[in-house]
Amino acid sequence: MSRPLIELRNLTKRYNNMTAVNGINLTIKENEFVTLLGPSGCGKTTTLRMIGGFEDPDEGEILFEGKLLNNVPAYKRNVNTVFQKYALFTHMNVYENVAFGLRVKKFSNSEIDRRVKKMLKMVDLEGFENRYVDSLSGGQQQRVAIARALVNEPKVLLLDEPLGALDLKLRKEMQIELLEMQRSLGITFIYVTHDQEEALTMSDTVVVMNKGVIQQVGTPEDIYNEPINRFVAGFIGESNIIEGVMLEDYKVSFDGIVFDCVDKGFAPNEPVDIVIRPEDIRIVVNPEEGMIKGRVTSVVFKGVHYEMIIESDTREYLVQRTKMFPEGSIVGMNVQPADIQVMKRGSTPCNVEEEEG
Amino acid sequence: MQRRGRGRIAYPYTVWMIIFIVVPLFLILFYSFTEGDIRNLKDLKFSLNSYKKVLEPIYLKVIGDSFLLAGISTLICLIIGYPVAMIIANADIRYRNLLLILFIVPIWMNFLLRTYAWMSLLSPNGLINRLLLWLGLPKLEIMPGQGAVLLGMVYNFLPFMILPIYTVLSKIDKNVIEAAHDLGGNNVITFWRIILPLSVPGIVSGITMVFLPAVSTFVISGLLGGGKAPLIGDLIEQQFLSSRDWHFGSSLSIILMVMILISMAVMSRIDKSEPEEERRKI
Amino acid sequence: MRKAIKRIYMGIVFLFLYAPIIVLIVFSFNKSKSRGQWGGFTFEWYIDLFKDRQIREALYFTILIAVISTVVSTIVGTIAALGISNMSKLGRTIVLNINNLPVLNPDIVTGVALMTLFISLRIELGFVTMLISHIVFSIPYVILAVLPKIRQMNKHTAEAALDLGATPAYAMRKVIIPEIMPGIISGALIAFTLSIDDFVISFFTAGTSATNLSILIYSMAKRGVKPTINALSTLMFVVVLTLMILINKKNGKGEDIII
Repeated sequence: MSRPLIELRNLTKRYNNMTAVNGINLTIKENEFVTLLGPSGCGKTTTLRMIGGFEDPDEGEILFEGKLLNNVPAYKRNVNTVFQKYALFTHMNVYENVAFGLRVKKFSNSEIDRRVKKMLKMVDLEGFENRYVDSLSGGQQQRVAIARALVNEPKVLLLDEPLGALDLKLRKEMQIELLEMQRSLGITFIYVTHDQEEALTMSDTVVVMNKGVIQQVGTPEDIYNEPINRFVAGFIGESNIIEGVMLEDYKVSFDGIVFDCVDKGFAPNEPVDIVIRPEDIRIVVNPEEGMIKGRVTSVVFKGVHYEMIIESDTREYLVQRTKMFPEGSIVGMNVQPADIQVMKRGSTPCNVEEEEG
Repeated sequence: MQRRGRGRIAYPYTVWMIIFIVVPLFLILFYSFTEGDIRNLKDLKFSLNSYKKVLEPIYLKVIGDSFLLAGISTLICLIIGYPVAMIIANADIRYRNLLLILFIVPIWMNFLLRTYAWMSLLSPNGLINRLLLWLGLPKLEIMPGQGAVLLGMVYNFLPFMILPIYTVLSKIDKNVIEAAHDLGGNNVITFWRIILPLSVPGIVSGITMVFLPAVSTFVISGLLGGGKAPLIGDLIEQQFLSSRDWHFGSSLSIILMVMILISMAVMSRIDKSEPEEERRKI
Repeated sequence: MRKAIKRIYMGIVFLFLYAPIIVLIVFSFNKSKSRGQWGGFTFEWYIDLFKDRQIREALYFTILIAVISTVVSTIVGTIAALGISNMSKLGRTIVLNINNLPVLNPDIVTGVALMTLFISLRIELGFVTMLISHIVFSIPYVILAVLPKIRQMNKHTAEAALDLGATPAYAMRKVIIPEIMPGIISGALIAFTLSIDDFVISFFTAGTSATNLSILIYSMAKRGVKPTINALSTLMFVVVLTLMILINKKNGKGEDIII
């Protein structure tokens, strides 16, 4: 069990007449890879910048190891940031960029040399000491930015969509590298992205945000398999979101059919939102053997699977299977009770403390 | 659009340029290396006398004074103007344009009128002296004289220092400054190690735009200096209009040109040593 | 605290820049001819201004030359820029370097050189020589304003026009010129401003028969104060300020400050 490293209490930030971050509460532990995930404008970057000290909160507190961080200027905080567009010092070479933070703290030249070289090795940029920023590729610049931040051995590293400018292949490689870096260094990474796949790949904990409010906090599996509301369900992965009614514990009904499910705790006959992942819908050739009958209206080959749209009487279902069923065929669909996720109706925000991982 | 053929439409202008830009300069060059009555071309013979004349102490002093005054006024403009540029660059975006215009509008006023305005203020009976008298302070006797010329230079050219520095400062990515803070640099360190080095191209631009006109002026020194502070410009004007020693005037002009070209080369060398994009002329 | 220091500093610099102008304006209404004392409010200097034949003449010449030189230099400069952009690298370098000489050289050298040319050719100094000189120093600025726009232009735009059936002349008129128009306007404005404000080059090339506003002010200033200069300054300041406000309103963001 690790102690809380950073606590955000009722943190609020407003711009003109818009509230960017609306009273959020969050606890972040040591040695944790936390991702703030959400669409543009959801407040994730603003939250990150408040932790870094580049924006002042209008209300609320930021606590670092129990101490109030609100009025501490950025240059005195023991956090470092990797900026979205790297923000490298173009008038200095790679060595001086990385050494900057150490020089400020007046380390000896030999110590600086040792640390810088070690960090350059870690980000795979050995030999690049004398190069200047404008001679580096995007991926190389990004590593310099990472090295420059990490060489100061901060307890927390803030990363603001650092992989956005890289091409797909490079991005995926960097995701793995960043994850390995975090694991080997043992420090906390707070990562901001709008790419849900990235968030699921890298994080210990995902914080889903929308419109300045935290929607859900949990492990990637939790967020994916048990989204607590429509927004999270729709944002993470593909899903079929269906309106239905929770008849009683373990029984839910939609489209006139009653299904066994594994959720409880709702009021009898409470209106709910139901999420079924496309890969969880099983197709049977004989329509009579399926709980839902439908006709295949579209088939698209996606490489890893076929993506099919199957129309029932009442709606279209998005289905992903490795076996293909041709357009026009009438089939049956089945879902296991464990794959039916029931959520409270509507996008209710939740300001929940971190759950056990 | 065929490329090569079209180039020909620039030929008339090329001819114009040769007549009105190249030839005049060659004439000056020619006169600087000859002596004799200019009205009789055949009487001219080659001579270095005009250049030797430049070396006389009295004239060397004039050249030295020009560079000294221009240099000092450039320095003063830099010291006063840099903070102004910084303050404007950091100002709220709503006021930034307004501030910029306020500090740039004086350029658009006629240059002579602005110089003349200081004549009024600084004269022995002018407003400043009346104010000083009223306060019981001694009279300011800088006009006419070198002090007044210096003031006139700073006054006329200050906006030319502010503008390029502001332009460069406003282009610095805010994230870069935040990164410096993030890495532990307080405001002073961030300024010295990040902002100042990044603003060098603007400083170089500003220095160019102040020093070059300052060193070659004759209006400012003519109006505010009386006869007490002749600069190269005054000297050249004299030679061509009053003394009629065109040879000497030409050699002075050539020397001025060469010195300016050297200064510009030095400036662009300083700029190139920073791995930045090419700076635009003017 | 820091804000106060900033404000005070900016205020002082602002005062430094505007005090002389304000003093001129105030004294333009001063009854007394003295430079230091206030003698009462009057409009007489403004009336004198309109009656003064010298000033009217100088104003007339100033504007006339500015307009003519702007028109000529804009047309010639634009055509030249179009030609230059199609030249070989070597040709372009040579032409542009010569073209930049009037820009890089101090005014006094350009003025003196032109004067030398005219006198050596036995051409009498006057209106024509002054006009020619203005055109000489204006064209380079027009070229410098138009050339980047030509470079920025998509090479294929003209080809697209030809592809669609336009003759080269039509393509020029309807496609190329409109696209480089901002540069042309920029260049024209710079040429106009430089001409209106020019002193040094005009001084050397106008001789005794022609004059412009700047030359007039110089001689008036050298000889002694005529309070009408104050009235003139005030009017010019108001005109310039108004123009700047208008231009800025039109531009909206107005980051295009032309020097």
